[in-house]
Parts: sequence; C-alpha cells; structure tokens
Amino acid sequence: MTVPNDEPCLTIKGLIKDCGPVAGLDGKMIRVLAGVNFSARRGSVTALLGANGAGKTTTLECAQGLQPINGGEVRLLGQEPYGAGAELRSRVGVMLQDGGLPPSARPVPLLHHIASMYADPRPVDELVSRLGIGSFANSNIRRLSGGQKQRLAMAAALIGRPEVLFLDEPSAGLDPQSRQIVFDLISELRDDGLGIILTTHLMDDAQKLADYVYIIDAGRTVAQGTVAELTAQTDELADQRLLTFDAAPGLDLAAVGLSHLVVRESVPGHYTLRGALTPGDIAGLSAWWARAGILPSAIHMASRSLEDVFLDLSGREIR
Amino acid sequence: MSAPASLPVRILNQGRYEAVTMLRNGEQLILAVFLPLMALVALSVTPILDGYGTSRVNMATPGILALCAMSTAFTGQGIATGFDRRYGVLRFLSTTPLGKAGLIAGKAIAVVAVLAIQVVVVSIVAAFLGWEPSWSGIPLGLISLLIGAAAFTALGLLVAGTARPEATLAVTNLLWILLAAVGGIIIPAGNLPDIMQPFVEILPSAALGEAMRSALIDSSFNFPATLILLAWTILGGLAAVRWFKWS
Repeated sequence: MTVPNDEPCLTIKGLIKDCGPVAGLDGKMIRVLAGVNFSARRGSVTALLGANGAGKTTTLECAQGLQPINGGEVRLLGQEPYGAGAELRSRVGVMLQDGGLPPSARPVPLLHHIASMYADPRPVDELVSRLGIGSFANSNIRRLSGGQKQRLAMAAALIGRPEVLFLDEPSAGLDPQSRQIVFDLISELRDDGLGIILTTHLMDDAQKLADYVYIIDAGRTVAQGTVAELTAQTDELADQRLLTFDAAPGLDLAAVGLSHLVVRESVPGHYTLRGALTPGDIAGLSAWWARAGILPSAIHMASRSLEDVFLDLSGREIR
Repeated sequence: MSAPASLPVRILNQGRYEAVTMLRNGEQLILAVFLPLMALVALSVTPILDGYGTSRVNMATPGILALCAMSTAFTGQGIATGFDRRYGVLRFLSTTPLGKAGLIAGKAIAVVAVLAIQVVVVSIVAAFLGWEPSWSGIPLGLISLLIGAAAFTALGLLVAGTARPEATLAVTNLLWILLAAVGGIIIPAGNLPDIMQPFVEILPSAALGEAMRSALIDSSFNFPATLILLAWTILGGLAAVRWFKWS
C-alpha cells in the first residue's frame, strides 16, 4: 500500500522512552525522552536539532524501530516501526552515528553484500563513483578516515533505494570536500522526493540543509518551524537585534542614552548592542558618532541566528 | 518501489558472508581447525586415552568433532558477535531488510557451514590416522553435533550480547581451554577425579562429547546426554532472548 505523498512519512507524537536500569542510580530507570513530537514529509529535509544528550539518537532509534517505546506513538510510512517486517525496512535507509560497519570488511564487497538484501538495489558502482569511494575501495574499513567511513555509511543507507532516509549526524568528522559531496547529495535526494530526517548539533548544518527544524532539549520538543520562522518567533526575544561596531577603545556609550539595550565593549574597541533596536536608536547612535567625530571602522547588524534560538531554548550553560 | 529480497535469499547471503568472514580471520581459523587437529594428533600418539575404546584415534575423533562445534559456535561466533555489537554492525543490519531474526539465522547458517568444513578436514586427517567410525552411528553423530552447535551458539550469543567484547573474548577463550581440558569433551568425564564428575557430566561440553562417542563408537543414542544438550539449548536460547542487548 502506498501512502499518499502529502502524508507525512514519519510522525512522532508524545514519544516517551525510558532507559536503564542505570547502575549509578541504584538501578533506576531514567526517562530519556519525555514527550518528543516530530513529523517529516517527503521531498524535504527535516532536522532534529539538540545539544549532546538531548535525545536525538534515541528519538531516531525509536523511529527506525531499533528500540521499543514506553509511550506515545510512532508511525513510519504508516506503520509502527518496532517489530515491523522486511517490507517496511526495505523502504527506509539508515545511517547510524557510528556507521555500524564491520571494521575488518572492505567497502565494495560490503556494499554488494548489503545490496543483496534488496530485490532491486541501486547499482553499487554508481554509489561508489558518486560518493568517491573508489579511491579507498580496497582498504579495510578500520583504516578509513572519519569522512571516508561516513561516505561509505551513506552509500550503505542509500543502496536499497529508500523512500525515507535517516542520517544521524551526517556531517560529523567530514572534511570540507566530503561535506560538499554529502550536502549536494542530500539536496539532490530531497529533490528526488525522499523524506530525509537528520540530526545535528551544528546550527550551520541545519541552517544550510533543513527545510524544517525541530529543536529538542532534555527529551522534549521545545520548538519547531522553518529556519526563518524559528529565527523570527514572535515572543519577547523575537525583536532581538545585534549591532556591532569597531572604533577607538574606551568610548562612553552611556552618553548616547540607549538604556533599553545591553551595551558592552566585549574587546577593547569592539562594541556590541543587543536588544529591541529601533531605527531611532540607529539614528541616535550615528548622530552621536557625528557629534563626537567617531568614524567606526566596521558596522554590522544581525537578527537572531538559529544558534541564538537554540541557546535561548536549551539554556546557555554547558552540559 | 523498493522491496526486500526474499527471506531465504537474505538469510543465505548473510550466512555465506559471515562464514567467509570467519574463515578469513586467522585467529578463528587457528581455533576452528589447527588446534583441534593438533589435539587429534596429540591424542593419537600419546597414551592419554589408552584403555578406552578400540583405538586411540577411534576414541579421540568424536571428542575432537565436538571440540570443533565448541570452537566455532561458542568462541568464534561469540567473539565476532561481541565486536559486531560494539561497532554497531548488529544495529545497522537490523535496519536493513535482513532484520534481527535474519541476522541470527544467518549466524546459525555460518556456524553450520564452517562446522561442515571442520568435520570434513578432521575426518580426513583422522582417517589417515586410522579412524574407523561406526558407520551406522554417523547420522546420529551429525544430529548430536547440530544440537551441540545450537547449544553453544545460544551460549555464545548470551555472552556476546551481555558482556563487553573484550570480556567476551576473554571468557569464551578461557572457557574453551577449560572445557577442552577438563570439561569432558575430549577426555570422558569418567577419567576425571571422582569429585568433579557430577559437575562435569551436566556441562554441555561433556554431554556433546558423550553423545558423539556413543554415536560414533557404539552406534547408540545417548539419551541423557542429548537431554542435557537440549536443556542447555533451550535455557541458553531463552536467556539470550531475554538479556541480549543489540547496542
């Protein structure tokens, strides 16, 4: 049965997942996921963004049917993935965070072996040339660099012509060339109509690749939207702007009368103004420059980046 | 639309892939073929087994075949599975059409395939050493060997699925040496000190050794030994299903 194309290829509602028992906690279970909501469509890249330990990989493993769930609902191509049959698995490609490839194997024979699990696999040669695997086709996998392993794992995930592709941290360990190859391929696969779900803790990746972003923190979905929506959310942080300029060190900005902004000279000569900046503030600032005879050597204005949104939501403390 | 290859194709391909991987691994080959052959030759030229059976090699060969099953099903397969688990290979393959059940079935086929090669090699060397098995007991011997391989596969998976791979490596190698020496597999439990005998007799190693000797020396079906092997298979299998961790 084919799921109509406008249906989400993956929906997760109120997903709860307990892990354990944990030896350090007197054998208690810990709640790793406490209400994850997520949905992904075909022909688009949906990113699951979160800090390390937020529950990204666990969410993916529940969605892939690798782990049973303790509550909520997961539907992958209309089916419950845990315990689903080979028919569902053949329509889904998975790239695990650690690759999941046997270190003693060689890339091309391994790809042929994985291809033999499918009725109509993608030709191995095509993937080998597309992902630049030929240059290390005869090395043991344990001798490959991080980027080479990552490209091989990507080929392994694609070999069965999946409709849905899971990529756990696809840019981890990639050098700039590999990154370009992988990013181009992801965009192309999206245009081919695949539903692509990826995790990342790199804002840059999400901003470049994702059509839609879910942010999870401590096992819960805390925000969702397109990158544009998320960076322009209509809460009290939405009109946050950042203005930076470089000029002579030690200027007294108190004289400008911008008390509603956070004004700092973070590095001598480098000034940042953060807050609900208005056009009037900028006129006031430039009028003060004119009065005081200051010509800044650089001026920059920015709205909130995805990174700001992420840090606001998940806290700025390091965990 | 993408579709899986048929179930038999997936399982046979996995079995062949794992068997070839095992046979390419030098350490596994030493454990699976060279050590059993060395033990066979040693038992044929030394008087350790004198006084039992019709000849040294007739007495030794059934136990050596049992040892082969333990090498491949328990130690070799256990270590390979332990490291596959560490590297996420088990998780990755369970997301392909192969799946968890297909992965286990593939491992079982690989064990049987490698064991078949071991049986042929050991039998040829034993024949040169003058082995004369009881021909009518051969089918019984093969059935016993398969049940023993099933028991040791279940136990190997249990260790590999619960311990770290380094611990699996240590435990399965150590148990192989201990069981080979005093587990009743090559040297019958009756040859061991009296105090050890009741314990050794219920070990899967002793049960498989006895079942093989009964079949290939006397053409007789060893009911108690077979029952012990089946019990280990069922208990080991249930424990593996209950406690095996895929990641």
